[in-house]
Amino acid sequence: MTAPRSISAAPLVEAHGVHKSFGDLHVLKGIDLNVAPGEVVVILGPSGSGKSTFLRCINNLESIDRGAVLVAGEQMGYRVHDGRLIKLSPDAAARQRRNIGMVFQQFNLYPHMTVLQNIIEAPIGIHGVPRAEATAYAHELLRRVGLTQKADAYPRQLSGGQQQRVAIARALAIRPQLMLFDEPTSALDPELVGEVLATMRDLARQGLTMIVVTHEIGFAKEAADRVIFMDGGHIVEQGPPGEILVNPQHPRTQAFLARFI
Amino acid sequence: MSEPVSIVTPPQGGVGWQDVTTAHAPLRPGRIVLWLVVLLVAANFIWICARNENFGWPVVGAYFFNPDVLRGLGFSLFLTVIGMVLGTFIGLLLAVARLSDDRLAKAVAGIYIWFFRGTPLLVQLIFWYNMSTLFPQLSLSIPFGPALMSWDTNSVITPLTAAIFGLALNEAAYMAEIIRAGLMSVDRGQAETASAFGMTRRRALWRIVIPQAMRSIVPPTGNQLINMVKATSLVSVIAMSDLLYAVQSIYNRTFEIVPMLLVAVLWYLVITTVLNIAQGYIERYYARGDRRSEAATPAQSPAGIGDNA
Ligand SMILES: Nc1ncnc2c1ncn2[C@@H]1O[C@H](COP(=O)(O)OP(=O)(O)OP(=O)(O)O)[C@@H](O)[C@H]1O
Ligand SMILES: [Mg+2]
Repeated sequence: MTAPRSISAAPLVEAHGVHKSFGDLHVLKGIDLNVAPGEVVVILGPSGSGKSTFLRCINNLESIDRGAVLVAGEQMGYRVHDGRLIKLSPDAAARQRRNIGMVFQQFNLYPHMTVLQNIIEAPIGIHGVPRAEATAYAHELLRRVGLTQKADAYPRQLSGGQQQRVAIARALAIRPQLMLFDEPTSALDPELVGEVLATMRDLARQGLTMIVVTHEIGFAKEAADRVIFMDGGHIVEQGPPGEILVNPQHPRTQAFLARFI
Repeated sequence: MSEPVSIVTPPQGGVGWQDVTTAHAPLRPGRIVLWLVVLLVAANFIWICARNENFGWPVVGAYFFNPDVLRGLGFSLFLTVIGMVLGTFIGLLLAVARLSDDRLAKAVAGIYIWFFRGTPLLVQLIFWYNMSTLFPQLSLSIPFGPALMSWDTNSVITPLTAAIFGLALNEAAYMAEIIRAGLMSVDRGQAETASAFGMTRRRALWRIVIPQAMRSIVPPTGNQLINMVKATSLVSVIAMSDLLYAVQSIYNRTFEIVPMLLVAVLWYLVITTVLNIAQGYIERYYARGDRRSEAATPAQSPAGIGDNA
């Protein structure tokens, strides 16, 4: 780990007693979490424990049933009017998450657009950045993720690892205050995982606030400020990677980590 | 073969190999015979038709560029274009309504499509044409309440507007289903990603979903367009002088029925051919993200479609 970050008082992300069900399936059972600006949080946990669901609740792609989620002090999915909480329209809810970058397991690049068009779509169309400026920044981002040559390629002409790095560049192009990663490397062949993780480690070092769902214990060890272990819709255990990964207290965490040794 | 081909034989005596660049296309005599037969039959058929005096080719030639025929052709094309544009626009609204979560919008769109697909276009045209006998006055009013504005039906529904209404509203029902199928063919993750980046639903529809849906919307729309070209001939029943009406009124005078119908048929084929070629270009444009092997150059957008706003 690098030098400890100075973690300021006001958290960027706050989750208070978040519950979420899909029909009869109770997926999240009261999640509390604060993430400070600049913090890198890695969420670990067995399949089906609700990691993706929780991540999608943070930017309100999934609505929550109970509790509250705040990003930068704003309650996601709602506004307060005369002291009363009022649900946002879908378009207003979308506007609310325009400063949160998200990277998906399946990349979800826009296949009908070139790499460059993918990257400048949101800056120009949603953030009103002039085209020349957006294009220049896109090229800089492509250089950072090591894909200078691919600006005019279409996503299907790229390898999975390259696509995911474009997806990361696309999310960075909006100059996000928060980045969410949902298993960014699990759709990749093993030899392509490294290049994506390297890109993510760079971002972590530059002080971007990141919440990362992953099964890459190595990444958690090197890049995380805090590791969270989820199981059965609860946060079972959390702490610095040096403690959680080396000396887990909870039997579920121990059992989970035992599989990676 | 001019130069000797070296066959590498492995020492174990297995099968030898040659580099694939030395390969030749196989000779298929059956295919060549088939080609010859088809060409012969086609040539023979054309010859028979060309020599048949009953077809009246000189008459076809004389009337092909007749001003009345050309005027009818122009009107048929005008009806096709306006019917298709309006039909596609209304169809898009219907498709979005059917896919929305709003129960009312869903129901209204569903009933519209059910009605307009379920009744013959000819009957719809005649109804529009005779609207004035059903509703002598058209008025804008509060339901069950007083009228705010009203018009004489005959001044609103002329044969022209009846033809346009009839064709466009009928077309909309078919286009709605084609567009709906196209929108549903796009991965749900695309709209979700757009939303995660803060796009409004309208913007996501135009920028992300529709361009991808076009791949499956264009081919059946080409069908519809060609159908529409021919469906415009139905408006001759409501006294609109389209292409078919023009040739009919000529052969009613000259009794040269077959040659005049040939004039119309040839013109319809000309239009259809042009449309087919255009469709090929449009399909290639919307397939641009799918070409793995081609050089990675962004396709030129026809007429500004898909340019970043
Ligand atoms: N849209 C949905 N509708 C119904 N059930 C869902 C939906 N999304 C997730 N679930 C269910 O919620 C549970 C938690 O899913 P989630 O994707 O959050 O798990 P996860 O921890 O991310 O697992 P994995 O490591 O396999 O990605 C699973 O049982 C899943 O089947
Ligand atoms: Mg998941």
